[in-house]
Amino acid sequence: MPDTNYKELARNGLWRNNPALVQLLGLCPLLAVSSNVANAMGLALATALVLILSSTLVSGVRNLVPDTIRLPVFVMIIAAAVTVAELVMQALTYELYQILGIFLPLITTNCAILGRADAYASKNSVIPAFVDALMMGLGFGLVLVTLGMARELLATGALFADMHLLFGVEALRWHWVIFENYEPFLLAILPPGAFLLTGMLIALKNWLDQKFQERLTPSPQTQPAGSKRVRVTGVIK
Amino acid sequence: MSLMRTSSPHLSAANPVQHVMQQVLLALIPGLIALIHFFGPGVIFNLLAACGFAVLCEALVLRLRGYDLRFFLSDYSALVTGALLAVSIPPYSPWWLIFIGAFFSIVVAKHLFGGLGQNPFNPAMVGYVVLLISFPVYMTHWTAPSDLANTPGLLQSFASLWSNEYYDGTTMATPLDLMKQNEGQMLTFLYANNPQFGSYAGLGWEWVNLGFLAGGLWMLHKKLFTWHGPVGMLAALGILSALFYDDGSSASGGSPLFHWLSGATMLGAFFIITDPASGATSNLGRLLFGAMVGVLVYCIRVWGNYPDAVAFAVLLLNFCAPFIDYYTIPKPYGTEDSQS
Repeated sequence: MPDTNYKELARNGLWRNNPALVQLLGLCPLLAVSSNVANAMGLALATALVLILSSTLVSGVRNLVPDTIRLPVFVMIIAAAVTVAELVMQALTYELYQILGIFLPLITTNCAILGRADAYASKNSVIPAFVDALMMGLGFGLVLVTLGMARELLATGALFADMHLLFGVEALRWHWVIFENYEPFLLAILPPGAFLLTGMLIALKNWLDQKFQERLTPSPQTQPAGSKRVRVTGVIK
Repeated sequence: MSLMRTSSPHLSAANPVQHVMQQVLLALIPGLIALIHFFGPGVIFNLLAACGFAVLCEALVLRLRGYDLRFFLSDYSALVTGALLAVSIPPYSPWWLIFIGAFFSIVVAKHLFGGLGQNPFNPAMVGYVVLLISFPVYMTHWTAPSDLANTPGLLQSFASLWSNEYYDGTTMATPLDLMKQNEGQMLTFLYANNPQFGSYAGLGWEWVNLGFLAGGLWMLHKKLFTWHGPVGMLAALGILSALFYDDGSSASGGSPLFHWLSGATMLGAFFIITDPASGATSNLGRLLFGAMVGVLVYCIRVWGNYPDAVAFAVLLLNFCAPFIDYYTIPKPYGTEDSQS
């Protein structure tokens, strides 16, 4: 096995090939559950757990599974991992488990997970697959939590409500009311708000990429020949 | 080398955007006068605030996009959007409500989709719907017409821009609200029991709608749009309400006259669905577009959850406009179909 570039894996998962902002995978839970930070964090943790478990397992059995039936096998493994995550959440954070509802079992159908299993874990050994899953899970989780923060702030004017569902009674004090007498902006909690804000996040990422690119390579401002000609077919040299 | 592109020399000068927008603003005046007369000076402050914020947002985005401010601001399109938004939201609204509406109209619905003429949805209606679903409490409190309650004075209206309270004492259910909540009363009783209904459709509302109708007819005369859209919408609304009028029984949805002169019907028919950018493009397409808006308005008003539905109907049909266009491409003269 050639040396794996772990730095590259981290860069891909967190930024360049981010599952939520670039691959646009797993949008259904991303949009549905990110209405506040607590829910978003709960789902982010569950998804990351499933991703790590399934990628590691898939990588472990990759030489035993015939190529033709690999997808059903991977889905079975993912479903098993989801069941584990579901039971863990049911045991530790029962209320959050109830709030997330159908979106916990639906992690099975999250394309980001099957995508990583098929595209990376089934072709690489266990340690790189684990790191890749960790980074992808973190990347997905970060977007989920960012979206949750933006939506909660816009919708209620406060942050970190209901965090005790995830972190115990201590976290009740984390509730941070930023604007007093805030008029609730319902659009941010509703599905269209999620779509709008996800779009804004994607635009922000592309804009930042553009800025980085400009800083790295000051591109010469040359117009390709013939681009402004009217009534001309073919390329002018 | 680039060639200058001009329109055909035998055609008379095209009507520039600026003139069209100015004429739309002029055509709003009769409706506005009726609104101010019946619902008080809050309408004026709505108008000033909405136009101000709309132009501000427009200038901001134009600057960000690196466009020539003077040229694009003088096309009056932001003012028209602001004015249409202002007449849709209740008078005496707080400034931030108006600002959010103007922001969503101009920045999100217009410029994020490419700017003037490239918006798939009607900007003013997007702003209105965002407000309606985000702040239902503010958006569903209409002031009662001046004959039924004391409308706030000029100073009080100005102060209401800065306060978060809606005037509970001066608001009243609109005729469309009453019609929607009618349970088991014959229409004659409903009209007799509620002074809001006025003589035909609603005290104040009938005049507001007649005002917008007058402005609309003037624009039609000036050939700012063809008759197809408004006629389609008003005909569909009239036919449906006549079908389900049921002689004014307790299950009646209201007479055609009531539906024509209530809520935002005339504003929608002449000022909203005639938007050339977000509507259908062929004449047949416009007729269908208008008719379907009319059908949806009636369905939502009578069987839906909201008392009025012009904004929702228009936005839904904006989605369908490319589809309508696809099936209503006019056949050019001399092609196979027109010869056979």
